[in-house]
Amino acid sequence: MTGLPIAVVGASAAGLAAAEALRRFGWRGPLTLIGDEPHLPYDRPPLSKQLLQGAWAPEKLLLRTADQLAPLDLDLRLGTRATGLDVAGRTLTLDGDVGVSPLAQGRERGTLRCAGVIIATGVAARTLPGADRIAGVHTLRTLDDALALRGRLANGGTPGSEGVAAGGGGRRLVIVGNGVLGCEAAAVARELGHEVTLVGIEATPMAAAVGTEVGELLAEEHRARGVRLLTGAVDGFETAPADPAGGGDRRVTAVRLAHGGTPAGEGRASGGVAAGGGGAEGRLLPADLVLLAIGSRPGVDWLDDPALDTGDGLRCDAYCAAAPGVYAAGDVARWDHPVHGRPLRFEHRMNATEQGMAAARNLLAELAAEASGPAGATAAAGAEAAAPAPERRPFAPVPYFWSDQYAVKLQAYGLTAGADRVETTVLDRAARRALALYGRDRSAVGVLAAGLPPRQVRALRAVVAAPLPWEEARERIAAALAAG
Amino acid sequence: MKITLDADRCCAAGQCVLIAPEVFDQRDEDGVVVLLDAEPPAGQHDAVREAAAVCPAAVIEVRA
Ligand SMILES: Cc1cc2nc3c(=O)[nH]c(=O)nc-3n(C[C@H](O)[C@H](O)[C@H](O)COP(=O)(O)OP(=O)(O)OC[C@H]3O[C@@H](n4cnc5c(N)ncnc54)[C@H](O)[C@@H]3O)c2cc1C
Ligand code: SF4
Repeated sequence: MTGLPIAVVGASAAGLAAAEALRRFGWRGPLTLIGDEPHLPYDRPPLSKQLLQGAWAPEKLLLRTADQLAPLDLDLRLGTRATGLDVAGRTLTLDGDVGVSPLAQGRERGTLRCAGVIIATGVAARTLPGADRIAGVHTLRTLDDALALRGRLANGGTPGSEGVAAGGGGRRLVIVGNGVLGCEAAAVARELGHEVTLVGIEATPMAAAVGTEVGELLAEEHRARGVRLLTGAVDGFETAPADPAGGGDRRVTAVRLAHGGTPAGEGRASGGVAAGGGGAEGRLLPADLVLLAIGSRPGVDWLDDPALDTGDGLRCDAYCAAAPGVYAAGDVARWDHPVHGRPLRFEHRMNATEQGMAAARNLLAELAAEASGPAGATAAAGAEAAAPAPERRPFAPVPYFWSDQYAVKLQAYGLTAGADRVETTVLDRAARRALALYGRDRSAVGVLAAGLPPRQVRALRAVVAAPLPWEEARERIAAALAAG
Repeated sequence: MKITLDADRCCAAGQCVLIAPEVFDQRDEDGVVVLLDAEPPAGQHDAVREAAAVCPAAVIEVRA
């Protein structure tokens, strides 16, 4: 019996973790890893930090070298995009022929019948209509995006140069969107000496992710470093004919605000509209470079099988299963977190790895059960060779994320977004040391630390591993801090 | 088992220390990983492999 492959779609953090876990947990059948980017799997968090800064070369972002990948015996198809999935037949449609291996018997060109599928297609950067045709307007999601932006920041704005010149500052960079990504890029660009304006619909940076008090602490740090913070909604761009290097495109000269332009924190913003202030001159922000950091779209557009719910990411059950034999992991997956009792989706690096591993384990458990059940015919040879069938387990991680801005390191466990109650303790304003507790429905569900020593940060994890009554959580946090 | 670290890639997530506290620690100043035992006893091997798999910055390399 020739075994069908397990296919992992999306060759990044979650997809790689899934592929490695499939092998570790005993899958010996064929294993196909499909990614539409041309690069070997690389890590994204350094894109807005060390890579943008110029401190790291792109090779340093590789999650595995070719040598480290070799033992996995992957059918690795880079530059290949999955364009469809027939759920009942567990059959993928693929385009792009770079790296497509000879098609085996019984497979039509461009389709791949699978024993199981793990979907790890992440999210893509949101952009504004027409922005991709304007030179100087960037997004920051992929290595190619980051290299393009770094090139512009490194050499005074001429595209195409690879080198990172020391002290190449002096560009006017407008960052649209003051979430985590926009804030990190603002910090790097300031450190490189550029003039940085950070515009958000919300007055306080990162408020949606961490609440207004932690956001205000970050805002103070950005202001102290010379970032100009504005509240406003972007309406479009002013452009001029591009220089010859821009290749006939138009290049950006300014960002137009529909309303706002109020210095953040000075005018009281509400409902996204800044009241008063914002004279005409505030509505046109001169820019040599623009970074759009306005959120993301889950990579589900290619999933058109009505058996799948792709409303906001790919909807899964507590086992990360979207359908029989079809699992999802990472930024794209919205699953029923068994501890929090509602569907959640995270765009956090740690979740990508942990969920990739969980999806792999549960898919193998399902295939093993299929193989021993009456419908054993669909089972692949690989499953039979696997170790004794593991149990499927609900995926119940303690979510974790971090962010680095200047010397400030934020680390958070549990749920910090969507809180109905936040208690922030500023331990040292000047040093930006703080601790925040996030609550929902009278329970503590998340905790964030800025500038705390690692031992204390790790101790906080246990406090929010499961929702805990608010008062009890406060006491346990006080104890964790006192223990040093 | 022999462990090597590419410590300057470490993002200080601390996951390795949670999983294998006898093998990994973190520096107090910046949270960067510290290797306590490069050749841990057999009883630690599973935990070390899990830590290497989970580490979000692919810092930990394990050789048989
Ligand atoms: C600049 C930046 C900084 C970040 N910083 C942090 C941080 O400090 N801390 C933190 O916790 N998290 C951070 N994150 C988030 C973290 O990187 C993500 O959570 C993580 O990368 C998610 O991994 P993933 O594998 O689920 O998805 P992705 O990394 O998005 O990978 C999905 C892959 O699938 C490919 N793909 C999509 N559709 C298809 C298709 N149809 N066919 C084939 N391939 C396809 C994509 O091209 C991509 O390569 C950051 C993200 C970015 C972009
Ligand atoms: S898990 Fe990885 S990134 Fe985190 S502290 Fe350990 S080595 Fe560093």
